[in-house]
Amino acid sequence: MTAPVRIAQLSCGPEYSGVQQEINEAAKAVNGEIFFPDIALKDIMQNFNEFGLDVRSPDLKLTIARAKALVDGRVDADAVFIATCFRCAEAAIVRNELRRYIHTSSKLPVVSYSFTERTTAGTLLTRMEALTTIARRRALLARETQQGITLGVDSGSSTTKAVVMKDNKIVGTGWQPTTEVLKSAHDVIEHAIKEAGIKRKEVEAVGTTGYGRFLVGKEINADLIQEELTVNSKGAVYLADKQHGPATVIDIGGMDNKAITVQDGIPGTFTMGGICAGASGRFLEMTAKRLGVDITELGPLAMKGFSEQVPMNSYCIVFGTQSLVNALAAGSTREDVAAAACHSVAEQVFEQQLQEIDIKEPVIMVGGTSLIEGLVHAMGGLLQTKILVPKYSQYIGAVGSSLLASGFIKDK
Amino acid sequence: MAKVFIYPTTSLILSDLVARYGHTPLSSAIAIRERIQTAGIESIPLQITPEEPKKGLRWAAVEVPSGVRGRMALYGPMIDTCDAAIIINDADLAFGCMGCARTNELVKYLIRQKNVPRLDLNYPKNEKEGIQFVAAIKRFLETLGGKK
Repeated sequence: MTAPVRIAQLSCGPEYSGVQQEINEAAKAVNGEIFFPDIALKDIMQNFNEFGLDVRSPDLKLTIARAKALVDGRVDADAVFIATCFRCAEAAIVRNELRRYIHTSSKLPVVSYSFTERTTAGTLLTRMEALTTIARRRALLARETQQGITLGVDSGSSTTKAVVMKDNKIVGTGWQPTTEVLKSAHDVIEHAIKEAGIKRKEVEAVGTTGYGRFLVGKEINADLIQEELTVNSKGAVYLADKQHGPATVIDIGGMDNKAITVQDGIPGTFTMGGICAGASGRFLEMTAKRLGVDITELGPLAMKGFSEQVPMNSYCIVFGTQSLVNALAAGSTREDVAAAACHSVAEQVFEQQLQEIDIKEPVIMVGGTSLIEGLVHAMGGLLQTKILVPKYSQYIGAVGSSLLASGFIKDK
Repeated sequence: MAKVFIYPTTSLILSDLVARYGHTPLSSAIAIRERIQTAGIESIPLQITPEEPKKGLRWAAVEVPSGVRGRMALYGPMIDTCDAAIIINDADLAFGCMGCARTNELVKYLIRQKNVPRLDLNYPKNEKEGIQFVAAIKRFLETLGGKK
């Protein structure tokens, strides 16, 4: 067994919130080891004063001092996990500034999270996995071309996707809504293999990602089982041909959203989450259903409307749907309602998640929702930039898995 | 003999002073060690579970961060039962320290709202203030009864 990835925890409040055990368990599940940077009491005030952020909570002063010790190289770590109480404004400022400070002043991968007493190890698992993956698999993530014949499967919360790649080209795809996780995976794999015109036994390596990655990975004997944060960002820069330099990847998923800053194809900082389904692809599905159009028609419809004409805030999917119904009842056009729904989702992702990372151009949107033209347009308007949507963007996880899995061919 | 709530609750010195004058200190006093290898500056050897932040709802609303409510599950009952309190403001970290400034504000407010004898002092900055500081605590504890 490989040595655990040493994750330095910088935090305020997890013990008194009763969630320290959950953090430890999430790290342990991905062969990570949480530790608290050892720091002398006398150094706390000195480091804190040097940093210059004048907070009042002693635990936040300790957190700042520990961050400085990591950046200065006085404490060794492989990765950093920053966690503070949800709803604490003082802690939110520290969390954001420390994440930025560590990201720009060191090579340590860093992730931050604001917890409540309800936070569980399961919620933290994907983030911890991404953190350990970046620390442990830098060489694998540096891969820029696909070789041989590989299969990638993305078992997502809403849809399951598969891609067959051969000699750096996508030769087969499969897509369907996720119903029974394993059956959906088998169906899309069969479709992708058939489209590729190959036999299953010709596949040299297999990768899985998404919510069902462990179950599907075990079933199909995958060489690589990896969370979607690193896989999707890798797939995004590969498909957009932006493997060198900075980039930002936005993936508005069916159940949660991801925003990732990437440098040379390797994720730096990322956020994952969504306060409510109102800020996810699920709300757009519901909007399409209420408007009586297929989800594929929602984007073009939204492009014909004006979002400002309809007041809508889908902070909650229930109230968002209520706004939608009210707007239609008050005589709003379907086009305007579609545009408002797209704008509302984009605005929430912008307000809740994109504020937590430093946006670097190019901005690449991926995942099924990137095909909704109105959503991409709304996001571009909010970010004041032209957003790239690469071909096959809806297969992003499967492409990233397939690309990275080819790194395992030589091992066979 | 009085139950005396002390702030910062981790102050061993305050806890010891209160006990020496025959009173019961209400505190979570533990040593602040020279080196800190735990999650927080006043990490305590108690098993805090997600239930504690819920118990803390008695003193702080649900919109208050969970770390504050978890702490209030410990300090709230002490504040409810205390007969007197000593509050030291702006104490040095080594004197005794509570990690969350928001909890500190709430704890001090609740103590000040409670109609019990209270000593509100600033942490001494030099030897002269130090002598006056200890003398003030001594006088306060003596007025509460207990042994001299």
